[in-house]
Amino acid sequence: MTEDILQKMAQSIIDGDSDAAVALAKASISASMDPLEAISKGFVAGVNKVGDAFGRGEAFLPELVMAGEAMKLAVATLDPELKKRGAQRQILGKVVIGTVEGDIHEIGKSLVATMLAASGFEVYDLGVDTPGDKLIGKALEVNANILAMSALLTTTMVRQREVIEELEKEGLRGRIKVMVGGAPITRDWVTTIRADGHSEDAFGAVAMAKKLVGIS
Amino acid sequence: MSGQIQSITNPRLKLEILSDQDVRKIHEATLEVIENVGIKFPSHRALQIWADAGADVDFERMVVKARRELIESALRRCPPAYSLAARDPQQDLPLDGNHVYLGTDGCGVEVIDITSGQRRTSRLQDVRDIARIGDAVEQIAFHWVPVSAQDAPVGTRGLHELKAIWENSTKHAQTESIYNAHEAQVAIEMAEMIAGDREALRKRPVLSLMQCTASPLGHDGGSLDAALLAAEAGVPTGFMTMAACLTTGPATLAGNLVVGNAEVVAGTALLQLAFPGAPVFYAAAQTASDLRSGAYTGGGPEDFLFGGATNALSDFYNIPLSMGSFATGAKEPNWQAGIENSLSTLMASASMADMLLGAGFLHGSRIWSFAEMMMDCEIFSIVQKVMQGIVVDEETLAMDAIAAVGPSGNFLAQKHTRQHMHDLFVPEFMDRRPYTEWEAKKDDARDWALAKARRILAEHRPEPLDSRLNKEMDAMISAAEVPA
Repeated sequence: MTEDILQKMAQSIIDGDSDAAVALAKASISASMDPLEAISKGFVAGVNKVGDAFGRGEAFLPELVMAGEAMKLAVATLDPELKKRGAQRQILGKVVIGTVEGDIHEIGKSLVATMLAASGFEVYDLGVDTPGDKLIGKALEVNANILAMSALLTTTMVRQREVIEELEKEGLRGRIKVMVGGAPITRDWVTTIRADGHSEDAFGAVAMAKKLVGIS
Repeated sequence: MSGQIQSITNPRLKLEILSDQDVRKIHEATLEVIENVGIKFPSHRALQIWADAGADVDFERMVVKARRELIESALRRCPPAYSLAARDPQQDLPLDGNHVYLGTDGCGVEVIDITSGQRRTSRLQDVRDIARIGDAVEQIAFHWVPVSAQDAPVGTRGLHELKAIWENSTKHAQTESIYNAHEAQVAIEMAEMIAGDREALRKRPVLSLMQCTASPLGHDGGSLDAALLAAEAGVPTGFMTMAACLTTGPATLAGNLVVGNAEVVAGTALLQLAFPGAPVFYAAAQTASDLRSGAYTGGGPEDFLFGGATNALSDFYNIPLSMGSFATGAKEPNWQAGIENSLSTLMASASMADMLLGAGFLHGSRIWSFAEMMMDCEIFSIVQKVMQGIVVDEETLAMDAIAAVGPSGNFLAQKHTRQHMHDLFVPEFMDRRPYTEWEAKKDDARDWALAKARRILAEHRPEPLDSRLNKEMDAMISAAEVPA
């Protein structure tokens, strides 16, 4: 029975079927299954399979995103049960992410947020047009390991530098690593503003985030 | 050297990607989206215009839903043809449906340095240099801000860039890097000074503004406010959709056209509601996101199809089109760059897009290459030649020459040959040398293109801006700088 449901959980993620994933999460609660086991042996197994297939060039981005969405909903469904049992899901780290102030471009930032969440990070997505103090405030509030900022315009990417300077001033650079991204972000810019990490795409962003929290 | 502008005109090739019925279906779907799904207009001024016109406006979500009658009647006020004016009136560009013009692309963030060959962050001097070369070459008809002047103050960067173009070229400037009311206001005032005054600018717009939409189904607030100011001043204005299959648009090409069309049509209708008869254009650079990374691709068969299809839409609305072509995703001028830039340009030209954007970029409009710019110009010339098609008449059938030469012999010394030899294309950068000559040097198009760009930069002196005008513009830009 348990084996069967775990396999179905994994399959729901592979299929990117959010409805099935949520239904299975609910069923596992009714069956008094350990929610941690449901996550780690069921849903995460599915995420890993999709990730491996992507790495081999057999799966594409939409499949990865759909798996990530299904995973997020399954975990959210199990969350009350986890809390009830006083259990905590193992996370790789906490990430606060947003598009910088004055910039409304969302897609890349959201993609990175989804991929990070699917990979086991706890992600706080503050959306677009996010002032620096809001980003830093949230990072402090949740004790984030990583602050990630996106910008699409050369006139708004300067905000990334301002946030880094603010973190420096507050002596928070050691505590909070900074990742930056967006179409105009070049290696030169990353070096200039002394960001801790950068990636040109969402998959690379996950690898970079893992590196920054000491997981390779 | 400057003066002549090469354009594609009186085409003999035709392309029909979308039937009239297809266009009608896309139009109907577009109206349905605008009426039932809505478009985001995050500008108070824009929302108020929609509300005053009787649209269903959700001020909180900043989403507008408008009935088809409202949209269709607004669109009927768009002028079908007008000219983009240049500092030099000889270089005015009639957007009349019978011309295809090439501009420089924009707005990149890095440059392959023309001297060192090293990739580096773009700066104001690059904008000047590129404008100067564009001024000299006949294939470039107008300018976009090619790269971002990252050494200029953020608050007036767009103005510094625009002035750099006017200082170095007598051709029309279309800016895509001014996207707020503050800078747009000053840009329009600068354009008024060049044209003479406000009324003169209306008659001869030496400036046009291009604003990007925020796909899917949205606009940027600053862009809307800038566009409204431009439309009010009679400065031609266009909204460009870059909706990309998979990410900011549906995976299907038709669906992506609907999303992009809804953005452009709704934005254009807004301008007509506010300022009936304002000169507007349709702009698009739609693409498919990469299936693996989700990244902007800057090329591929979908882009070529969009390049051909979009003019069917802008023709349906009877407004000029500014179409993204070139802008290869290749990392250096190579096989991929040649394929992508040739096919995208051929397709967009075959459907007679009015403006092509544009020459000069690598890595999906991020890295400027002077060599690529020159080679893109040659691609444009090749496409122009192809678009002339084959003329069949008494003269071109060459019966006298054929009879005079007869079997065997050759046509080299025929009068007819002499008269028509210049009809044949003479490439600047294609390697047609003997093999041994190539083997001895191993150079190619990239070397020759770069050498040409260097030569122009060293030799070409553009007609300068009037020095009083120049100083006044500097003062206006300084005054516009917002204290940090």
